[in-house]
Amino acid sequence: MAISLDKAFGLHPAGIEVRSKRAEIIASNIANADTPGYKARGMDFQKALAQASQHQQSGMKRTHEKHFDVRIESNNSVDFRVPNQADTGDGNTVDVQLERNLYLNNSMEYQASVQFLTGKIKALRKAITGTGQ
Amino acid sequence: MSLFNVFDITATGMSAQSMRLNTTASNIANADSISSSVDETYRARHPVFAAAMQKAAAGQNESAVGVDVLGIVESSKPLNIEYSPEHPMADQEGYIYKPNVNVIEEMTNMISASRSYQTNVQLAESAKNMLNKTLQLGK
Repeated sequence: MAISLDKAFGLHPAGIEVRSKRAEIIASNIANADTPGYKARGMDFQKALAQASQHQQSGMKRTHEKHFDVRIESNNSVDFRVPNQADTGDGNTVDVQLERNLYLNNSMEYQASVQFLTGKIKALRKAITGTGQ
Repeated sequence: MSLFNVFDITATGMSAQSMRLNTTASNIANADSISSSVDETYRARHPVFAAAMQKAAAGQNESAVGVDVLGIVESSKPLNIEYSPEHPMADQEGYIYKPNVNVIEEMTNMISASRSYQTNVQLAESAKNMLNKTLQLGK
C-alpha cells in the first residue's frame, strides 16, 4: 500500500491556502478603513475552497507556449460586501468591528487546519517509524 | 504565501495613519499661531487617502490592496479674523489672523487615527502568530 501524501492530507492544504488569502483580503479592508470611496471586499469561502481543491487535483499542463492557460483564476470568488449602513458619508463601506471579528475567526480556523495537519503528520510519522518519535 | 502580504498591507495602513497623526499634531500645535496677514497664516492640513490600486494591478491580485497617501491638502475653511489693535501682531487696520484649525475635530481625528493604527498592529501580530504556527507544522 503506497502512501499518497496528497490524499492523506485531504482538504486541509487547500483550506490553509484559501484562509491565508482571506486574511489578506480582510487586512486590506481594515487598512483602508479610512479611505474615502473604498468598498469592502469579502470572499465566497465555499467557492474559493472548491476552486483551490480542484486546482490542486487537476491542473491542465501547458506543453506548448501557444496553448491557452485554462487554470481557473482564484480571484473570481472575491466580491464586494453588502454594507450594513447604506451611507457613511464618504462612500466607504468598511465595518471595522465586523472585519476584526472575521479576521479573528479566520485566524482561529487557520490554526485549527494547521492543528489537524499536525495530527495527520504525526500519525504518518508513527506509521513510518513505528515509535512516533 | 499570501500571509506575508498581510504584513505589507498593514504596513501601508500604519504609515498612512501615522501620517494622519503627524498632520493632526502639526494642526494642534499651530492652533494658536497668530499672524498679521492672510497669506502667512497657518491652515489646517489633512492627508488624502486612496486605495493603492495601481500597485495591486501590477501584482497578481487586485482583491487585496494597501493604502496610499495621495498628498496633503490645506483646509479651505475661512480663517478666524479678529479685531484687536492692541495685539503686537496686528496689521495696520488692527486685525490679527488665526488659523482655521478646529481643535475638537483634530482631537477626534487623533483618536480615530490611533485606533486604526492599533488595529493594523494587531492584525500584523495575529498574522505573525499564524505564520509561526505554520512553521511549527508537524512538530
